[in-house]
This record gives sequence, C-alpha cells and structure tokens, in this order.
Amino acid sequence: MSVDLAEDLAPLAYPEDLIRSILRNTRTIAMVGASGHWNRPSFFAMKYLQKKNYRVIPINPKEAGNTILGEMAYASLSEVPVEIDMVQCFRGPGAIPGIVEEAKTLSPLPKVLWMQLGVRNDEAGLEAEAAGMTVVMDRCPKIEYGRLGGEIGWLGVNTGVISSRRFKRI
Amino acid sequence: MSEHGFETLAIHAGAAPEPTTGARALPIYQTTSYVFEDADEAAALFNLQTFGNIYSRLTNPTVSALEERVATLEGGTAGVAVASGHAAQFIALHTLMSVGDEFIAANKLYGGSITQFSTTFAKMGLTCHFVDSSDPENFARALTPKVKAIFVESLANPGGVVTDLEPVARIAADAGVPLIVDNTLATPYLCRPFEWGADIVLHSATKFLGGHGNSVGGLIIDGGKFNWAAEPGKYPALTEPSPGYHGLRFYETFGDFGFAISCRAVGLRDLGPSLAPFNAFLIATGIETLPLRMQRQCESALEVARFLDGHPAIEWVSYAGLENDPHYDLARKYMPKGAGAVFTVGLKAGFEGGVKLVEGVEIFSHLANIGDAKSLVLHPASTTHRQLTPEQAAAAGAGPEVVRISVGLETVEDLIRDLDQALSE
Ligand SMILES: Cc1ncc(COP(=O)(O)O)c(C=O)c1O
Repeated sequence: MSVDLAEDLAPLAYPEDLIRSILRNTRTIAMVGASGHWNRPSFFAMKYLQKKNYRVIPINPKEAGNTILGEMAYASLSEVPVEIDMVQCFRGPGAIPGIVEEAKTLSPLPKVLWMQLGVRNDEAGLEAEAAGMTVVMDRCPKIEYGRLGGEIGWLGVNTGVISSRRFKRI
Repeated sequence: MSEHGFETLAIHAGAAPEPTTGARALPIYQTTSYVFEDADEAAALFNLQTFGNIYSRLTNPTVSALEERVATLEGGTAGVAVASGHAAQFIALHTLMSVGDEFIAANKLYGGSITQFSTTFAKMGLTCHFVDSSDPENFARALTPKVKAIFVESLANPGGVVTDLEPVARIAADAGVPLIVDNTLATPYLCRPFEWGADIVLHSATKFLGGHGNSVGGLIIDGGKFNWAAEPGKYPALTEPSPGYHGLRFYETFGDFGFAISCRAVGLRDLGPSLAPFNAFLIATGIETLPLRMQRQCESALEVARFLDGHPAIEWVSYAGLENDPHYDLARKYMPKGAGAVFTVGLKAGFEGGVKLVEGVEIFSHLANIGDAKSLVLHPASTTHRQLTPEQAAAAGAGPEVVRISVGLETVEDLIRDLDQALSE
C-alpha cells in the first residue's frame, strides 16, 4: 500500500546501531530522483553527503548525460557502471515498487534501499527485504548523519546521543 | 525518550564533552559569529543546506546544548531557546498565524500571557478567544475556521489549576490544530504534555528549569507529530516555499522538526529575541539538578500548603496536592510525582491581608517570579495581574484576597515559621 504521507502510518523506529552501521559501511550511493536544481533537497543532500566522503551518483532520466555536482547522471540504476552500496529514493511512494524491481536485478545487489524523509511504501519495502536488502523508510541520510555525528545538535535537535566520550564518530 | 532515565538525561542530554579541548562542563561560546570554511560553505549555511553555525541570533553551541536538553526531557524532536518565556509564545504563535488568524487560550494563564494575547497580539491582527478551561468542551465551542492553535498551561500560574490535557488534545486533533502547552510550572519532571497529545511545549526557563532566579529565558519544543500538510495552505510557514530561503519548504526538508526550524530560521532571524549564551549556560546547569529540586520543592510545598490550610487567617488554599482540592484527581493523573511548588491562598482579610503578608515575611522574598531555590511571595492583584480587569483577574485566579506562594529549598520549618509570624503580626 502506498500513501502520500508517512505520518498516516504507525511511526517507524530504527535502532541507532543500524543507521550507524549503514552510514559507516556505505561508500557509493545511487540517488534516484536527484535534482540538478541547487535549491532542491536532493541536490543539497547530495552535496552534503559528498562532503562526508560518499560518492553519490544521480539517477534521473531528465538529467541523463548531464553532470550534477561533478557526477554523471544516468537514466536508470542499471546504467550505473560502478557497484552501488545503497539506493536512495528521492521519489514519491508510488515510484518505489519500480525502483525495487530494478534494484533487484543489479549485481551485486545493493545492500541498502533507503526511502527519503516523507516517503514510505511498506509493501515495496518488504519486497526489497525479501530480496536481501536492508530497508530504511521515511528518513533523510543527511539528517541521520548530522544527528549521529552531533552536527544537527547545533539546530537544537534531539539527537538521542548520550555520551561522555570525547570524540564523536559516525 | 531514549532508554536513559530522566536524571541521566537532565545532566547529559545535549552536552557531550567539547571535542577539541575535552572541556567537560558546557563551554560558554561567547561569540557573535563563526568563521566559514569557504564561500561555498557559507552559501550552503545561509540557505540551510548544511549544518553549522553562522551568527548567534540563529544558533550558538551553548544555547543549542540547552535546546537539545529540554527537547530530550520533554520527549520532543527539537527545541529553540529564546530570550524569555514571552518570546517563546510570540515566536511559536507568530510561526503558526498570519494577520486575521485566531487562536483559543484557556482563561487561566499567567497574567502577562493574558495581556500579551489580548492586547499586543491584537495589535498585530491576531485574535485570541479566551475560554473557561474547567470544561474542555469550551475549546470545541470556540472553534472557528480561522483558529490555528489552542493554548493552555499544564499547571496554571498562579492558581494551582491543573488542565485536563487529554480531552483538550483530542479536540485540537479533531479540529486539525496543534495544542500548545506552556509547561513552565510543572516542568517535564512532573508532566510531559507530549505524552497526553500536545504538539508544541513552551517554557519560561526563567522559573524551575533554571531554578535559581538568575536568568530570563524561554524554550519552544517541537513534538514532531503534527501533520502540517493535512490541510493544504493552513500552515504556510511550514508547507509553502519560504521566500527568505529561496523557496525551501520547512516541513518537506526537515520533517518532524520542521516547526522548530521554522521558528528559528524565520522567527529568530527576523524577530530577533535570541538567548544569550551565558544565560543558556546558567539554565542548562540549573537543569542538572531539576529532578532533585522539583522533588523537594513539591514535598515542601505540600507541607506549607497543609499548614496554611489550617491557619485561622487563611480563607482557602488552592493547591492541587491537597486531597480536598478540586484539582487533586487531575494532578494525580497528569503529575503524579507532585503538584508543583506554586500555589495560591486567599486571605480572610482580603486585599489588606495580602499586602500585610507580603510585607511581613522575612525569609520569603516579595518579588515577581516563581520557581527559584528561594521561597517567594507575591500579591498578584497589586502586581502581575494589575493590568487585567477585575473580572479577568478573578477568572485567572488572582482576585484581591489572593497571595501566590512559590516554595523554595529552604528548611521547611523555617518557611512555616516565617509565614506564621507574618500572618499573626
Ligand atoms: C506560566 C508562565 N508562562 C510564561 C511566562 C513568561 O515568561 P518570561 O517571564 O520568561 O517571559 C511566565 C512568567 O511568569 C509564566 O509563569
């Protein structure tokens, strides 16, 4: 079932360790729905993640052949010439089943399928899990990185991090 | 809330050691501004596209430690600290409303809030409908299509009145408007309004949070559960492109803390009442002992209230911790650890009796504040509530015979002796 607003369903809870390990073990992210417009959330999420040393490859038929933030954009996941660790979906819930179908055909299989903040499709998520991917829904990797690394605390956000240790690491 | 206990969170939330120096106490970042890495990073910061500090009207690391601490204790998603409790009300309501909009507030509120809502807000084209909160249905009756929020105090100042939060939250949810709860007198140690359906919690940190009467401050906490997009166009500050940020939409970009970010990035940026880092340091340090202070102050308040209840000069005591009080059951439900440390008494000798009491005490301080480690007394009719009409004052629990008492941390026998001598003079 797809819905327009993630809020209509019971809230999701992901263990901090799971998010941390995803962010630690991911290197290459294919961002489906990445925008070339400097003021769209996908664009500045991509820029932020690049600064944190992730390689982000934009997937967007409208941008195919163009370069976004120094990376060539592709029309589909299957055209990406490098190994993808995580597929990040900057698309509405209705587009998720198609993305999952395509991700399943990739070899090697991406380890993670991540749906952006506000996006949730439980059925497609189960499908991706059955295929062996770890699924995160209704979260922003940029926000999660900022939360676990403490940066987002500068905005007064409740990071949930309680620690007497000196160095913060993702 | 995380798996840690309240006392642990009161000390640790928001304040991991400073990574560069290892400083363990919360550093006071007494700086107006922060050096950019380069022009590109500066632009990204100004556009809210990355995380970092620009200028202390918007963010400051000492202030943000306080924000995260209170957000954590309330169980909210994010906090915004501002220069006073009144600034918190101003920024929160300004974010939700435009000229011509309306909101509903309980008539049992801090007198200054009634004045702010009924006069200064009216001048800005925002209309407040005050209702008698003793019947929650009164909030439903006052709804209009232009109502954008419902505002109550969990434990009302000055009266020891407990608001029945659950039904009011249901009425707000049915109407598609957020319930804003001023939790100043209860603090999250006694009551956590988000657990009863509130959407936004406000504080005058000046009172129990800081707890030592040394800093004025306020907080806005985002509960993170309200769906700002349910009715298109109803909360444009959250869902429509923000002109000051090149069309960024706060709810879309920041999700369950979009309201807090809007309060900060638009409210604080344009209206300006930011909290000074030194005040944030004092308040955050005060919160480390909030659980202990609240526990003791509630215990002492109950003893003092019992003493006054039996005193021949006292007509009545309004303290929800007393078994015979009309709010006793509500207090048991919403604040089982104690009914707070502020209450009112009615003097048999009326206005004159009130004046005589506040002038006769020697340990209690006669001043216009509550929630200090020091015990305080006040005669609202001649001070905080004197801007109100006699009807408004009486409805707010501040008639001419009323004295407000805020019980502090002194030896309780000394407090009782002090009141006794002032009453028998
Ligand atoms: C319940 C309540 N809300 C708000 C305020 C206003 O806070 P401040 O004085 O910090 O502006 C007060 C102050 O007395 C208060 O008691």
